[in-house]
Amino acid sequence: MSGIPMDRAAYEAEERAATNRLGMWTFLATEVMFFGGMFVAYVLYRSSYPDAFAVGSRTMELGCGTANTAVLLVSSFFMALGDRAARKGDRGALRGCLVLVALLGMAFLAIKGYEYASKVDEGLIPGRGFRYPGPPQLPLFMTLYFAMTGLHALHMILGVCAVAWLLWRSSPRRHQSVPVEPVAIVGLYWHFVDCIWIFLYPLFYLIGR
Amino acid sequence: MNTLPPLAAPPRAEPDYLRRDRSLRSWLCTHDHKRIGVLFLFTLTGFFLLGAIAAAGMRYALLSPQGNLVVSDLYNRLFTMHGVIMIWFFLVPSIPTVFGNFILPMAIGAPDVAFPRLNLASWYVFLAGGVLVLTAIGAGGVDTGWTFYTPYSSTYANGYVMLMASGVFVTGFSSIFTGLNFIVTVHRRRAPGMTWFRLPLFVWAIYATSIILVLATPVLAITLFLMALERGFGVGVFDPRIGGDPLLFQHLFWFYSHPAVYIMILPGMGVVSELLTCFSRKPIFGYRVMAFAILAIAGLGFLVWGHHMFVSSESLYAGLVFSLLSFLVSVPSAIKVFSWTATLHRGSIRLQAPMLYGLGFVALFTIGGLTGVALATLPLDVHLHGTYFVVAHFHYIMVGGMLMAYMGALHYWWPKMTGRLYHDWLARISALTIFLGFNLTFFPQFVLGYLGMPRRYAIYPPEFHTLNVLSTAGASVLGVGYLLPLFYLSWSFFRGRPAGPNPWGATGLEWRTASPPPKDNFEETPVVTEGPYAYRPEEAAP
Repeated sequence: MSGIPMDRAAYEAEERAATNRLGMWTFLATEVMFFGGMFVAYVLYRSSYPDAFAVGSRTMELGCGTANTAVLLVSSFFMALGDRAARKGDRGALRGCLVLVALLGMAFLAIKGYEYASKVDEGLIPGRGFRYPGPPQLPLFMTLYFAMTGLHALHMILGVCAVAWLLWRSSPRRHQSVPVEPVAIVGLYWHFVDCIWIFLYPLFYLIGR
Repeated sequence: MNTLPPLAAPPRAEPDYLRRDRSLRSWLCTHDHKRIGVLFLFTLTGFFLLGAIAAAGMRYALLSPQGNLVVSDLYNRLFTMHGVIMIWFFLVPSIPTVFGNFILPMAIGAPDVAFPRLNLASWYVFLAGGVLVLTAIGAGGVDTGWTFYTPYSSTYANGYVMLMASGVFVTGFSSIFTGLNFIVTVHRRRAPGMTWFRLPLFVWAIYATSIILVLATPVLAITLFLMALERGFGVGVFDPRIGGDPLLFQHLFWFYSHPAVYIMILPGMGVVSELLTCFSRKPIFGYRVMAFAILAIAGLGFLVWGHHMFVSSESLYAGLVFSLLSFLVSVPSAIKVFSWTATLHRGSIRLQAPMLYGLGFVALFTIGGLTGVALATLPLDVHLHGTYFVVAHFHYIMVGGMLMAYMGALHYWWPKMTGRLYHDWLARISALTIFLGFNLTFFPQFVLGYLGMPRRYAIYPPEFHTLNVLSTAGASVLGVGYLLPLFYLSWSFFRGRPAGPNPWGATGLEWRTASPPPKDNFEETPVVTEGPYAYRPEEAAP
């Protein structure tokens, strides 16, 4: 109880912001569990079939995966800079950062798309069309690869849409004030999706080498 | 906490939430938690009737040992329809979406939930999932059972498995939205003075349920997604031909579905704590212990899923650990039963309809819980697994427990929701009918299961005939018990006597405002100065 009188509008804005942040954190908890089920499947099968997983890992394009890791980390860096700019009220810097984040996000998706296409060419698509020579459990590894990176890519697409929305929201023609809280909320989501990739990258690209 | 400048005087005598705007559009686009609660009430009643029709079909088919009414395949589709609808479209959402929505914000002194638009979205997502499931049923149904076990569901089942599973998948998001909303609401929207240990146990129960909803539902979503991937594209994650493990599906499925049992029972425990205190004019016995017991059940509920797989090639050591952990759940559950009993002791008990449901809950939940301990015992489960004993056990928890609590909540808060009273004697008769009909339906099933009658079959050996006839007779009585409220509550809605703000003399904040409440619940934000359940048995009830 500080007892210091406070402007009602400022008080309500602060309440609203805290509510929204808690909502986002709770949502991220559901996301952890969402990916968690597949991580459990991965752990179980990798401990059962370490050789098949090593073979599978060697079919991954290490360069693409590493490049994508770098792309995502840099995008998260700019997201954090954007958050700082928004808090300072620097509209130009914020929008610059958001543009870079969106472009890096799209670059990630483009590289991922190229990788998927090359997997199709090599016959590494699980199902009836699977024609890559290897241990019988190799399709299991590839199914997990497509399911987990595919869901991650879906999250990236939604993230790029959210950043595009922020760009619209921070346009000087539309709104007087620079959006601070929406940037923080989308930023949380963006960093989370980045974190998921930090787990996916070693699990798929690095284990067999 | 900061002090606030006073608001301008609120406008007086605002029309209540039902009469503010009667247009259909105002209902379909509403952000008012009370209206969304009412929307869910209607939707869930519809789904409940559909699920009950499927159950009636099964019970009548089981009147004769040869299964003359339906062929086995239709029987399989009936129990799948019954399970899917009753679990995901009635029991899981029941108390949280109807009474959680309607009552929870008022019980903590808030004008609405934290995210009103998300709340409405939850209803639409629920409807979308419901439409998918109803389409699947209308097109011919599914015969996998509500558990969708692989490889049957992913490879061999004929039927609309994909459609059904996607309906359940979509509905999961409704659960997540609702759970997320309640968690944030309880954290951020409590009235001044409403500290955590002044929360009514109903709020504690919904809060704990929301945590389970938020953490368990995504696992179900991903499990069904992987199953659908296998069925749709032949890329098996659970396919033994490429090294997949069908048991993994069961682990992932029950990692959601066992906590879901607590999603279905915890809100009932919360409701019953409100009912027993109000109708015995006593504070709850051991409030803090009750609150921690709720959290303990929610936490332990995540650690016991393996007891569904004692006989499914799970290792013996895993089985022993899961058996022990399952026993542990009975500790907080027993604490709750003892506390409720102690609450009644020397109370001034009034046997009105909500109280009858509350007492019915305690009795039936105790039977369901004790038989649960029997099933958690590894060697006993080998004998009882897959028999009617299991069916009877979980119906004592789900129907005897949760549905009794749901009906109790409906009768307790009905005057608040509609502003009108119902015919109390009819309500008492219906409560007793449900109690008797329920026991007549399911008690014989304990015996049938113990004698070895397996579940999920349309035909059975003739020596089980008598007990099955008893069970079907009970189901008919139960049906009458459920239909009665439909009539006297509808009558009450249009013609019932006005209830006034607090017909039961209850202490919760929701009773401090008009019935039905105005749009923003309270004319001025209530200030809380004492804990819940400040009842005194020596004072006469209103």
